[in-house]
Amino acid sequence: MRRIAKLAANPVMVALVASLALAGCASKKTPNSAADLGLGGGAATPGSAQDFTVNVGDRIFFDLDSSSIRADAQQTLARQAQWLNRYRQYSIVVEGHADERGTREYNLALGARRAAATRDYLASQGVAASRIKTISYGKERPVAVCDDISCWSQNRRAVTTLGGAGS
Amino acid sequence: MKTLLKTLMMVAALAGAATGLAIGPASALVEIDVNKGTIEPLPIAITDFAGGELGAEISSIVQADLKRSGLFAPIDKAAFIEKIANPDQAPRFDDWKVINAQALVTGRVSKEGDGRVRAEYRLWDTFAGQQLSGEQFFANGANTRRVAHIIADAIYERLTGEKGYFDTRIVFIDESGAKNARKKRLAIMDQDGANARFLSDGRSIVMTPRFSPNRQEITYMSYESGQPRVYLLQLETGQRELVGNFPGMTFAPRFSPDGQRVIMSLMREDGNSNIYSMDLRSRNTTRLTNSNAIDTSPSYSPDGSKIVFTSDRGGRPHIYVMGADGSGQTRISFGEGSYSTPVWSPRGDLIAFTKQSGGQFQIGVMRTDGSGERILTSGFMQEGPTWAPNGRVIMYLKQAAGSGGPKLYSVDLTGRNEQQIPSPNFASDPAWSPLLD
Repeated sequence: MRRIAKLAANPVMVALVASLALAGCASKKTPNSAADLGLGGGAATPGSAQDFTVNVGDRIFFDLDSSSIRADAQQTLARQAQWLNRYRQYSIVVEGHADERGTREYNLALGARRAAATRDYLASQGVAASRIKTISYGKERPVAVCDDISCWSQNRRAVTTLGGAGS
Repeated sequence: MKTLLKTLMMVAALAGAATGLAIGPASALVEIDVNKGTIEPLPIAITDFAGGELGAEISSIVQADLKRSGLFAPIDKAAFIEKIANPDQAPRFDDWKVINAQALVTGRVSKEGDGRVRAEYRLWDTFAGQQLSGEQFFANGANTRRVAHIIADAIYERLTGEKGYFDTRIVFIDESGAKNARKKRLAIMDQDGANARFLSDGRSIVMTPRFSPNRQEITYMSYESGQPRVYLLQLETGQRELVGNFPGMTFAPRFSPDGQRVIMSLMREDGNSNIYSMDLRSRNTTRLTNSNAIDTSPSYSPDGSKIVFTSDRGGRPHIYVMGADGSGQTRISFGEGSYSTPVWSPRGDLIAFTKQSGGQFQIGVMRTDGSGERILTSGFMQEGPTWAPNGRVIMYLKQAAGSGGPKLYSVDLTGRNEQQIPSPNFASDPAWSPLLD
């Protein structure tokens, strides 16, 4: 017992346990990491949509009822911006999503605000705003479907999707 | 709809029955006081209407309506002593008093030569020994359920003094398929779940349908153009049109009480949302809010002079009221948690809302100044109240943890008599139709 308490008191260990729990939940649903896709990181062709999803990371997560870009999300978006500035042939749609712990119309608006915040952050990193469209799905398209916090935290997200080259 | 209405004319009030019993003053007679704190359901005997299977079917629909209202306790037919042979004759009141039937319904259904159905009923006060009301209706053969609902409304109104709500319909979203790829279809059904039909094919996400005051149109939001936008649908013709031509997402539409305007949210470039109203004839739009926040879910007061809406301008989502021109925006909800989806009662005295607190969702009501908050029902997930046209019953979606999807429920304004409404699949976003005069 004392050992568990000690582990839990260590923030690094807590983070590790939490991320394992998330990965376990996600693996049953939509794949969103290299491991889920059964790919080694290097398998995707550089500059491909798969490369973006697998090696850069196509999504960021938000705190409850918030559209602030978290520190971990800032790192992801910086990587996204770097990649998008290198591969300029893609148009970009940022999808904003909310978890299901809110009412439908408000969550639609919240998803829109998250998508706009993500767009603005990418623009601040040099991605041309004219390349980026946004759309909100509110709570209509969860990726994780369980009825507890482990899923809700994955559903509060903005996903950067790549459109056809030149479109 | 129009042809239906023409054929559903009430032809005549039936006079006192053959025995010459007068229709007496209401004051001394059986009645239900719906304003009392605790309502004891009224024991009522609803006999099989004469006219074979069709007669029995119609009276059973009348009985189901009255029973679900929670205000009536229909008596088991096995306890009936008198068999009603001729509904035109006065019943043997003693036979009904002895089984404690305070009210008695008799009736007859027959097919006319032109194919129409003729339905008539009489409502009796057994203890006073009087006929309380009697009417007859004609309907084309396809609308027998509707005749039954109209009869149930007449009985409800005669005994409670309030308008009924059984001859009404619900627009809602039919939900099927996996939760992460849910198929959503616009759908409509009678208030008791009968006659459900789909109004969209499920290829695009649709949500939040609402009736126009004349029940001929609905406004709703759809992803069919890619970007979420507000549409109008003519129910009779199936004709659809986009409401306005805005660059961004439009959502949360609702009609004004006169049906001339649609009020809705429009997303701004910065990702926040403001409330606009659009005149459906001139297509002129008016911006009503201008905050750096989410302003959504607007709903007019029944006289059209005010609008209640949700805003998170104070941090969390709360309920605000303003004039119909956007003036005097004032917060009215101050409780713990967040408040959203406010809907003004058709009587004008209350606002129904969704509240989130303590990890639960609640449906509640408050007075229009925010005082007198009452929670009617609480659970894992419930949202989106809609009012019955008489302002006595609220319908909403409700989902239990682990149930996989929502169903529709109704509850009395007292918080009692929660009932699930049957639906073909999972169902959400109900909107109750007005009652036609």
